[in-house]
Amino acid sequence: MSAASFSAKVTAKQNLAADICRIDVALNGQDTAHRPHAGQFYMLRCWGAGETPVLSRPISVHAYDKNSDTLTFLFQIKGEGTQKLAALDPGDTLTVTGPCGNGFDAAALAAENKKIAVVGGGIGTAPLLQLCAELAENGVKPQLFVGFRDVSYGLDAFAPYCETIAVATDSGNEGHHGLVTDLLDAAAYDIVLTCGPMVMMRGVAKLCAAAGTPCLASLEKKMACGLGACLGCTCHSKIGPVTVCKDGPVFPAQEVFD
Amino acid sequence: MADLHVDFLGKRLAGPVVAASGTFGFGPEYADIEDLRLLGGISGKGLTLHGQPGNEGERLYETPSGLMNSIGLQNPGVQHFIDCELPAMRRCGTTVWANLGGHTIEENVEGVQKLCAAGVDILELNISCPNVKQGGLAFGIRAKDAAEVVSAVRKVCTVPLVVKLSPQAESIPEMCKAVEAAGADGISLCNTFQACAVDLEKRRPVFNNIFAGLSGPAVRPIALRMVWQAVGAVSIPVVGLGGILTGRDALEFIMAGATCVQVGTANFLDPKACTRITAEIGDWMDAHGVKTLDEIRGCARD
Repeated sequence: MSAASFSAKVTAKQNLAADICRIDVALNGQDTAHRPHAGQFYMLRCWGAGETPVLSRPISVHAYDKNSDTLTFLFQIKGEGTQKLAALDPGDTLTVTGPCGNGFDAAALAAENKKIAVVGGGIGTAPLLQLCAELAENGVKPQLFVGFRDVSYGLDAFAPYCETIAVATDSGNEGHHGLVTDLLDAAAYDIVLTCGPMVMMRGVAKLCAAAGTPCLASLEKKMACGLGACLGCTCHSKIGPVTVCKDGPVFPAQEVFD
Repeated sequence: MADLHVDFLGKRLAGPVVAASGTFGFGPEYADIEDLRLLGGISGKGLTLHGQPGNEGERLYETPSGLMNSIGLQNPGVQHFIDCELPAMRRCGTTVWANLGGHTIEENVEGVQKLCAAGVDILELNISCPNVKQGGLAFGIRAKDAAEVVSAVRKVCTVPLVVKLSPQAESIPEMCKAVEAAGADGISLCNTFQACAVDLEKRRPVFNNIFAGLSGPAVRPIALRMVWQAVGAVSIPVVGLGGILTGRDALEFIMAGATCVQVGTANFLDPKACTRITAEIGDWMDAHGVKTLDEIRGCARD
């Protein structure tokens, strides 16, 4: 019961890599009851209801700036929907529906945990910027571990909010040559927060389970409504069927991974 | 300003657009997004007596102008609905349609008894879900099977009984006549069209059940044909649905004789679809000097 749907204007666009795009969207004081926190997402659409693709695209909040009331989205250009979003220019409008889902409760996490590791992989790092910013704002600068295929992107923005930043790449082009999980000593933290490819999050969850460290994972699934209505993004968790869009996308890793 | 209300089975619907089952949760999901009091009603997520977890594997797949789904009637069960969802659904300020499917006649009867006792406004009996192996569509293919479950349910149903039909029915006119004769107060059609998709990389069907239900604008002209047939076959009200995306789409169904319409997949493309379509219908009526929907309902058949 927390989402709104309205038209908003793109105020800036930047391509961080060939297939990575960042757009700023001004909320301009619209529907002030609905402002996002870390881990939430919006359904984005900049094409007509009768045009393809049929469904809007769920994109996580990369950053939200209270002062300018501006949302920032960082996304990978993968198919027709994200291509159309990436073709937006400053001044163009799009429809945003959200904020959707339960994200991370940064205030509670910072109050209950002194040492926090944040682990991201690829475009899964997108929602982690707002998370690190909110954790820092609440008094705990996390240690950030990020994995990329070949080249990192967007890490400068994390620097003010993180105690340390460690990078791993599959190619060895940058940082540790190997998996980001190679760098993580889960036992050294009070909690681990993660978002990235399923295989990476599974690995993080396994390390955390072995170390007895709690872990929260932010999942991604194909979804139609983003509001908990269609049940298209159901995840069969250990506590029963849950919707990634409404019950999640953030879940205790032990509930959703074996 | 056009009068958009619809008199439907003794209920006064505020508008001709009802949110279709499976696309609108139980209503509160959309309460902050649009004014639900403008809707004709909300048909809640399809229920089964005991609830079920739904299907494994892929559940959604986009097609040109369409959406395939294989949710598999995931639902919390009738009792949980009554205890936990119905109170909030009632507060949405529109008519409450409980959509119920069942694996057996006995399950349907028991579910209907409970829902009627709990005070839903309209019972939409779903004999048309293509995504569960047992029940659902099992009653929706042959007129004789449909009549059997409808007459059993009719005996215990104390609220208006609308039967939701499948486009997979052997004969739409025969099916409509059979459910009318068995005691249905109204008919809604149609549910999704059984369809298939193959994942080239995996060289396997996209969906674990192989087949899934296709909805959206892709099916609209076929759905409209079936609604036309239904209106011609029976004298009870027909609720038209299938790929309605705009006010003009909805008006086609009404001119074909539908008493009101349901909007489903469009809610995903535009979370304000139900109220937008309602407003578009009103705009068209105003522009054409039409004061009530009664003036144009079925006019295309004359």
